[in-house]
Order: sequence, then C-alpha cells, then structure tokens
Amino acid sequence: MRNIIAITQKELKVYFVSPMAYVLIGVFLLISGFFFYNILMYFNMQSIQFGANPYYSSQLNINQFVYSTYFHNTSIILLLILPLLTMRLFAEEKRLGTEELLFTSPLSTWEIIIGKFISAVIILLIMLIATGVYSIFTFLYGNPQLEPILTGYLGLFLLGSAFIAIGLFTSSITENQIVAAVLGFGTLLLFWVISWASDNVGLMWREILTHLSFFEHFDDLVKGVFDTEDVIYYLSVTFFGLFLAHTTIEAKKWR
Amino acid sequence: MIRVENLTKKYGEKIAVNNISFEIGEGRIWGFLGPNGAGKTTTMRIITGYLPPTEGRAYVAGLDPIINSREVKALIGYLPENPPLYNDMTVESYLAFVAKIKGVKGKKIKENMEKVIEETGLEDVRSRLIRNLSKGYKQRVAIAQALIHEPKILILDEPTIGLDPAQIKEIRELIKSLRKDRTIILSTHILAEVTQICDGVVIINEGKIVANGFLDELTKSFAEKEGVFLRLKNFGPAEKLIFENIEGVKEVYEGNGGVNIEWERGANLAEKIAKVAIEKGMGLLEMRSLTPDIETIYLKAISQ
Repeated sequence: MRNIIAITQKELKVYFVSPMAYVLIGVFLLISGFFFYNILMYFNMQSIQFGANPYYSSQLNINQFVYSTYFHNTSIILLLILPLLTMRLFAEEKRLGTEELLFTSPLSTWEIIIGKFISAVIILLIMLIATGVYSIFTFLYGNPQLEPILTGYLGLFLLGSAFIAIGLFTSSITENQIVAAVLGFGTLLLFWVISWASDNVGLMWREILTHLSFFEHFDDLVKGVFDTEDVIYYLSVTFFGLFLAHTTIEAKKWR
Repeated sequence: MIRVENLTKKYGEKIAVNNISFEIGEGRIWGFLGPNGAGKTTTMRIITGYLPPTEGRAYVAGLDPIINSREVKALIGYLPENPPLYNDMTVESYLAFVAKIKGVKGKKIKENMEKVIEETGLEDVRSRLIRNLSKGYKQRVAIAQALIHEPKILILDEPTIGLDPAQIKEIRELIKSLRKDRTIILSTHILAEVTQICDGVVIINEGKIVANGFLDELTKSFAEKEGVFLRLKNFGPAEKLIFENIEGVKEVYEGNGGVNIEWERGANLAEKIAKVAIEKGMGLLEMRSLTPDIETIYLKAISQ
C-alpha cells in the first residue's frame, strides 16, 4: 500500500509540475462548460416558448433535456481527453529510462500499475467534481431530480476509469506517447460504436456486441437506472485493461 | 556476496552473455571492463533482477534475483547506464520518492536524503528541477539515488561517463569513500579508474569472460617479464656489468630511453638495484616497474 501511494504521489507531482494536468483539466472544463451552458440555454428557450401550454410543460424535464444530453457530450470529451492523460504513464518511463529504476526497486508490477491508475483517476475526479459547480445553478433556479444526476456522474466516473485502464494498457505497449494516445483513441472508439455492428450479425452476436458497447451501459446510468450489471461491466473493463498492462510489462521482461 | 554461475542471456538469436561465471567477495570493489556491447550492462541487469537470465543463475547474498526479487532489490543500489531521472521533479522530491519505493520508512527518509545530498554535493541544487541541472549534477543525482536506501551492494554502470576531469575525480573519491562495508561493481571505459578504485576486474569480450581476478594476480599472470626500467645519468659497460652481477638478474639492456633490467620470476630485486645504483653514484633519475599496467592487460585480454 505504501508503495502504491508513493507511485501515485510521484505521478501527481509530475502531472502538476508540468502543465499537463492544468491544460487537460482546463480544456475539459472549458468544453464541458460550453456544452452545459448551451444546452441549458436551449432548454430555457423551450421552456419560455412552450411553458404556457400545459401539455408541453409537463414534457419539459430538466433531467432529460439538460443532464442526459450533457452527460453524453461529456462522455465524448472524456474519450478525447483521457488517452492524452494516460499516454505518458508508461511510455514516458520507457523513453526516459526510469522504468529501470522502477523495475529494480522492491515493487511489484501490480503496485506500479495501480499507483499510476489511481493518479489518473484522481485527476478524473477533480475534473468531474469541478463540473459539479454547473449544477449549483440548476438547483438554485430549477428543481431537477438528484438521483439521475448522481447515477449519471457515477456513469461518467466508471466510464472514465475504464478509459484510463485502457489508456494505461496502450501506454505500456510503446515508448512513443503519440502511438499510445492514438491506440487509446482507436480502442475506445471501437468499443463505443461496436454495437452499431449488431444490426448486421446474427442474434447471438447481436447480444454480445450490444453488451460490449460502452454506450449501451452508459445510457442506463444516465437515465437514472442503477443496474449492478452496468457497474460490473465497467469494473470488468477496467480490470481487463489493467490486467493487459500487467501482462504486457511482464511479457517484455521475459522476452 | 555476488555469485554468477554459467550465466547466459540471449536476445532472440543474439547471445549477449555467454556462459559466464564469477564471484565477488563481500566488501570488494570490482571493475567490469570490456568493449561496447560486450555484455557488461546485460550482466549487471541480470544481477539487479531487471532481466531474467536465459540460462544459469545469479546469486546476491545467497538469494536469486528473480525468485527473491523483493529482498534482492532492497539490497542493491543501482545506477543504470542512462540516469533514471524524472525531469519534472525537484532533486529533493525525486530522492524522497526513490527512498519510499526502495522501502525506506518514516524519519529515515529525511535522514538518508540529507546524508546522500551531502555525500554527493547536491546542497546547492536540492530544490531545483532536475530538468534544469547540468549533466554533472544529473549524474550526481543518479548516484545519490543509488545510495538513498543505504544498500549493501552498489552496482554502477559507467558512473563517471559524461563528467569533466574534476568531477570524475570527485566521483572516484566518493566511490572509494563508499566502500566501507559495501560490495561495489562498476563498469567503466576508463582503465585508470580501475587501478585507482578497484580490487579486481572482470574483463568481458563478446559475452565471455577473458580475464577475472584481483589486480595484482592478473598483473602477475599477464606479466611476460619482471623487472625495472631505470633512467641513469652515468651508464656504461662497467655499470652494466655491475647490474648483471647481482644475483637473480636475467638480462640488462638499453631501450625506451633508459636501462631495462629483468630478473627471474618472483625475485623482486627492485630495492637492491636502487641501492646499487645510488651507492655507485650512477645518478638515478627515474625508476619504474616493467610489469604490465591495466591497459596492457586489457588489450591483451580482449585480443585473445
């Protein structure tokens, strides 16, 4: 545990001494804020236009209109930002030669991987918590339901953790950070849209592909449905990513 | 302390280290010599547990670096060929990090850090980013990193590379001062370094050991002749005869701008010859051993 904390602290130090963390968090907040503001404004206009009509006004739901759209947009931003956050985690160690220090220290490979994973998850948490400020205004001036927002954030967190685990794996393959980031994007996008292929395949494969997609599981959580199946899905993707990183590193040693 | 048995390391088809065995006793400083690509770094990496061997075994304090990985790694301070530094950290935070991952706990972290900062002369740069340090300072930080957990064994891969002559001298003094109860392996290209610091050497060429032993033993075994070289003010046939009449002297001849006197193996007449030269008023200007220096041994060993 001490070793994991040491690695996490070191990664956070490097993230925050270099402009990396500030730039990524800043850009993320800028874009997600932009989305939130525009979605909210659009919802506002709709409310003013149709609020007088009792039928339409009953259909105007801030959770559905604003938060659902916002969570989906944010998930795409995470898909673009997180591989840039994770690309350096192993690739940089290899390029600098510092992996020789890590692997000749009394640490296990798992401790190194988990320490690094946690550091990126902490930055993800900082990003998500900072966006919580947006909700202050919706709660001040409106009456959204809290539960779907919480499950939506939980969805973003689980989704982000899975992205980080996959990014960690692609970073462990190469010493080139750009290659790590591109492989990360590719993998994430493929998992995102994999359910699109389900229309062209047989029934059994349709089921499997739908279950594999990031999108399908995220949808439930955004709607406010807390299903352990979705949580387990994200946790297994996360574990699988970390496991692949572990395998890659161990395999390289023995080659 | 360190024992290597029939060690072989292959990278694919390429054999980097070919069936080598040697042993280094506790408290010794041992030099690794050899041309680039001879297998020095690979051997060191196997001893540190960074690489597993293809065949054979290494033992560090009786433990296998792969099986007892944690214990062995905690025993060893390792300076890799490329200094393993994080450019975006300050010297202090870097050393504290290394101390933690090497298993140093609590107050000891701060204590050990102060100690190595003093030993390696890093006081002036302790709170600067490693990125902004000169090459000499970076190398010192890398050495400090290897010392931070007070390891029993030090493995230094070219510790003086890239430093200026004054810094090289400092680092050598540092290494000498570190020996106390430590076992040290260092690889180098600078042959003078070996004679100044080391007790013995392993000379590796193309993955094989071509010479191994204490320096004085190697010197003896590589010696073709034993004797002294003299520069004298007065030297003529009469003086030559005087030397030839000393018991045990094999041959006296002029060459290399002076007089060479060889004696029978093991006779060691240096003192007697000097005495004679002074007593007979020959005007002794210079005197040195004819036994081979490390350069001769090295070149001979790798050309075998």
